[in-house]
Amino acid sequence: MSNDDTDASLSARNINFSFGCKAVLEDVQIAVPNGQFVALLGQNGAGKTTLFSIITGLYAAHGGEIRIGGHDLRMNTEAALASIGVVFQRATLDRDLTVKQNLRYFCHLHGIATSELQKRIDAALASYGLSDLQQRKVTELSGGQQRRIELARATLHDPNFLLLDEPTVGLDHANRMEFVSNVKTLCKERNVGVLWATHLMDEVEDADYVYFLHHGKILFEGGSADLLKEHGKKSIAELYSHLTGQPADATVI
Amino acid sequence: MNLKHARSCFKGILIRESLRFLNQRARFFAALVRPLVWLFIFAAGFRSVLGVSIIPPYQTYVLYEEYITPGLLGMIMLFNGMQSSLSMVYDREMGSMRLLLVSPLPRWFLLLCKLLSGVAVALLQVYVFLLIAWFWEVRPPVSGYFMVIPALILSGLMLGALGLMLSSFVTQLENFAGVMNFVIFPMFFASSALYPLWRVRDSSELLYWVANLNPFTHAVEFVRFALYSEINWQAGLITLLCTLFFSAVAIWGYDPLRGFLPRKGGPAT
Repeated sequence: MSNDDTDASLSARNINFSFGCKAVLEDVQIAVPNGQFVALLGQNGAGKTTLFSIITGLYAAHGGEIRIGGHDLRMNTEAALASIGVVFQRATLDRDLTVKQNLRYFCHLHGIATSELQKRIDAALASYGLSDLQQRKVTELSGGQQRRIELARATLHDPNFLLLDEPTVGLDHANRMEFVSNVKTLCKERNVGVLWATHLMDEVEDADYVYFLHHGKILFEGGSADLLKEHGKKSIAELYSHLTGQPADATVI
Repeated sequence: MNLKHARSCFKGILIRESLRFLNQRARFFAALVRPLVWLFIFAAGFRSVLGVSIIPPYQTYVLYEEYITPGLLGMIMLFNGMQSSLSMVYDREMGSMRLLLVSPLPRWFLLLCKLLSGVAVALLQVYVFLLIAWFWEVRPPVSGYFMVIPALILSGLMLGALGLMLSSFVTQLENFAGVMNFVIFPMFFASSALYPLWRVRDSSELLYWVANLNPFTHAVEFVRFALYSEINWQAGLITLLCTLFFSAVAIWGYDPLRGFLPRKGGPAT
């Protein structure tokens, strides 16, 4: 996918990163246009989480350029980070607090005006059918509810780019599919670009675009329908297996 | 950085830290019981053994309880600073630290907010302790209760920054608990918190110099003088310089160029 569109949700070019002598990412290029659902597939250890840490500014890349919502991450870090909504692989809700307290905390971190804060929380929770959970402690919620609250939280500041790092790990099939459906709706209705990292194939069967990250490099990329047609495969799992030579079943690499 | 946003962020972090503190009642009582045990038992037991002659800021002979009270205030700030840093290591392992650090504000500011919130929580504990100590006849001048606030804030920032600095280099919760034992106890005992330095010098010249080089000694002396409505400029300046140094190293430690989660072999990739 072209990286030239500076208004894209995300444009990452020539990203390199290493831990000591060990290269973790080599010349990675990724673009996520507005309103598209882009999948980043790779086995554990492929470099997905490191790439996400770089995109969110937790690590600094050793080379390359990242633009988020048109803002250069290195030169204009705050504006770039303001454009991102993130759902991390690990739960980041504070277990000592209620749902409402967690969401208010997030709103404060993003400078959302006090007058508007509650309205946004109500709207975000309502859109995922979670309104009745506001006063509940995080520890009282199921895993699926917690992840959906994290998704609702990630949208409170109206980001134009969503980054999801294996957000469904630990959820059962029904909850995973519900979560995927929520994200796709968000993507289309709000024109938000989504980068979804996963090793669970069935979640990204109809992604707009797919990147295969293998040992820190983008091995293949393309529109999922085009790639399937080109290689004569019926599913992303089959395609992954075909392209990487790694076994993959229907849901898990 | 937009001022309104900065204020909102500080408010959010302060509310979160306060709520967590209030929700963890055991932590509140533990924080209070620790110095009270020293005041009620240790100080009472050693009252007759450890006489304190007239040294500034005291104008007359004071009871041992009165002497160690500023040291116990320092103890509250010390434990709180370290506990706050421990919670950062925990947050980092649990992931909520990531949420804070990807907020659209400069990292130094986010860490400063975290430090200040920790100090605010510690101040609450200090004043509850001072109230109880008042009934135990430790009664500094009324003005001292107000003058000690800046000294407590600066000391709290210094100790919090020290904890933050350590937390940026220690990557696992278990290791950090160990580090705390190597930091808290030596810092507390090798200081002027429990005995005046001239008494330490009488028994060990080496320990005297170690205590003099210990930043905690200066924080305690700064607090001690302020509590008696005096300013110990030297102690204040050293505390300030240590605060700046520890903060600078902590901010460097959390620099993305280093990787905010450095660990052997790198993170989950």
